[in-house]
Amino acid sequence: MEPRPRSFYLLTAFFALFILFLYGPTITIGILSFQGEGGGLTFPMRGVSLYWFYDLFEQQAVGDIWGSFRRSFTLGLMVMVVTVVVSVMGGLAFRKKFPGSNILFYLIVTSLVIPSILISLGVGLLFSQSGLDVHWSTSGFGSQLTWTLPFGLLIMFAVFNRFDKSYEEAARDLGASPWQTLRHVVLPIIAPSLIGVALFGFTLSYDEFARTLLTSGSYNTLPLEIYGMTTNVTSPVLYALGTLTTLFSLLIIGAFLAFALLANRRRAKAGSDAGKGLL
Amino acid sequence: MNKLRENSALTGWLMVSPLAFVLLFFLVLPIFLIVVVSFWRATEFSIIPAFEWDNYAFLFGSPVTYTVFFNTFKYAFVTWVCTLLIGFTVAYYLAFHIRSLTWQIALFLLCTIPFWTSNIIRMISWIPFLGRNGIANSTLISWGVIDEPVEWLLFSDFAVILAFVHLYTLFMVVPIFNTMMRIDKSLIEAARDAGANGAQILWNVIIPLTKPGIMIGTIFVVTLVMGDFITVRFMSGSQSANVGRLISNDIALLQYPSASATAIILLLTVLLVIGTMLRFVDIRKEL
Repeated sequence: MEPRPRSFYLLTAFFALFILFLYGPTITIGILSFQGEGGGLTFPMRGVSLYWFYDLFEQQAVGDIWGSFRRSFTLGLMVMVVTVVVSVMGGLAFRKKFPGSNILFYLIVTSLVIPSILISLGVGLLFSQSGLDVHWSTSGFGSQLTWTLPFGLLIMFAVFNRFDKSYEEAARDLGASPWQTLRHVVLPIIAPSLIGVALFGFTLSYDEFARTLLTSGSYNTLPLEIYGMTTNVTSPVLYALGTLTTLFSLLIIGAFLAFALLANRRRAKAGSDAGKGLL
Repeated sequence: MNKLRENSALTGWLMVSPLAFVLLFFLVLPIFLIVVVSFWRATEFSIIPAFEWDNYAFLFGSPVTYTVFFNTFKYAFVTWVCTLLIGFTVAYYLAFHIRSLTWQIALFLLCTIPFWTSNIIRMISWIPFLGRNGIANSTLISWGVIDEPVEWLLFSDFAVILAFVHLYTLFMVVPIFNTMMRIDKSLIEAARDAGANGAQILWNVIIPLTKPGIMIGTIFVVTLVMGDFITVRFMSGSQSANVGRLISNDIALLQYPSASATAIILLLTVLLVIGTMLRFVDIRKEL
């Protein structure tokens, strides 16, 4: 290996600073959430305690945190499942040109770049004008899909751009029906990227704020609840909640990544049965 | 069933029908309704169907509108410059200075993880750092750089831009890194063999080949910043405004027609900006 140029060390320092910039604030509120009972929103720490976490569990005055967490979690799962299924179907369809595919593609791009508040406003108006009640599981659900589906589809486009079509041709030559080709060849190959789509679907929904603002109705999702807290709660209980949700997100991300790693490893092991025969 | 398979257009339509349904009901219809409502009239308690240009006339007649649009472009531009410089450097480091793929993936994931956590929490987490008695102020005082706490750290344009950069740099890193990973390394060797130095390789080889990634990152950052209302409200302590905040204020006052008119102008502005950028890059090819 050739020796590292001097720019490498400069850039490494830059990268380290960037990571500090990304994670520093979150770690800071993580530390501050263990603030003692008399502590405030900034350093110094007045003792170390779990006071604010207890506070979070006991005090019902701060709002319906557990209810909103349950709703956000359910909504996240709903959005995740629908995003994966619809993105895969869309990705498969877009491999061939069909009449209207261009218009649909531009709609997907629009859905991605449209300011979130327009979706919130428009869907809110749509429901109120047609006499329907806005609810997180109907209008909120649909609004979030306009954000997660474009991401899912972009990932699927990227996946199918790299997809080697000869596998499918081989399956077809061996007499597989289109459904068998899809089920036994295409889906297993793209499965690891579906974990990525699922991760995007869940986390984007779980953290979404602007699109659910006017579409979730009288029951708040967690981000809305947290946002409400920022205007009237000025104690470290806010940090305690922030730390817990971040930990939960990290747990979810970790689970998805571990699952992806495992799937990759299994595939590497079972991927080739060359020479083993089919007896 | 066999006929169905042969008719590939029909299969295509069937496969995208759920997608089309969602986009129709939660994107096209809502936009259409916003256009319609932007011509309606609002009283204190309700909105009345009408067809009048009053909302637009009021919008374009008010000097506030121009200040707010100027602010929006200012945020978008400054954030774009910062995220581009930081994002490009980080992507360049990951793509060309990290030698093993495992490390590349690991460090890349390290950059992307915050993206999957809550934006609001990430904004809140700047309070202990930027506040009057926050870490930044006390550090600067202990270093003797300043004598008393600086007031403009939190709740200012500075804080807004900082939060934008913090939240959205990733949207630059990912597409730029993606394009850089596809650059054929032999092109760089060829440039070096032909006598180019590091800076020349960067300027004449890497940057031109990375342009599509830069474009995609730019589209993300610009649209996210232009459509934002929450970051500006939270980080400026309600002292600055952009178009998104103008809309959300109108919504809070139940002035839906005027909110709709502003929203339509914002949408047209964003689409114009994006449309211009899309002329320079074919997104589907670059994924």
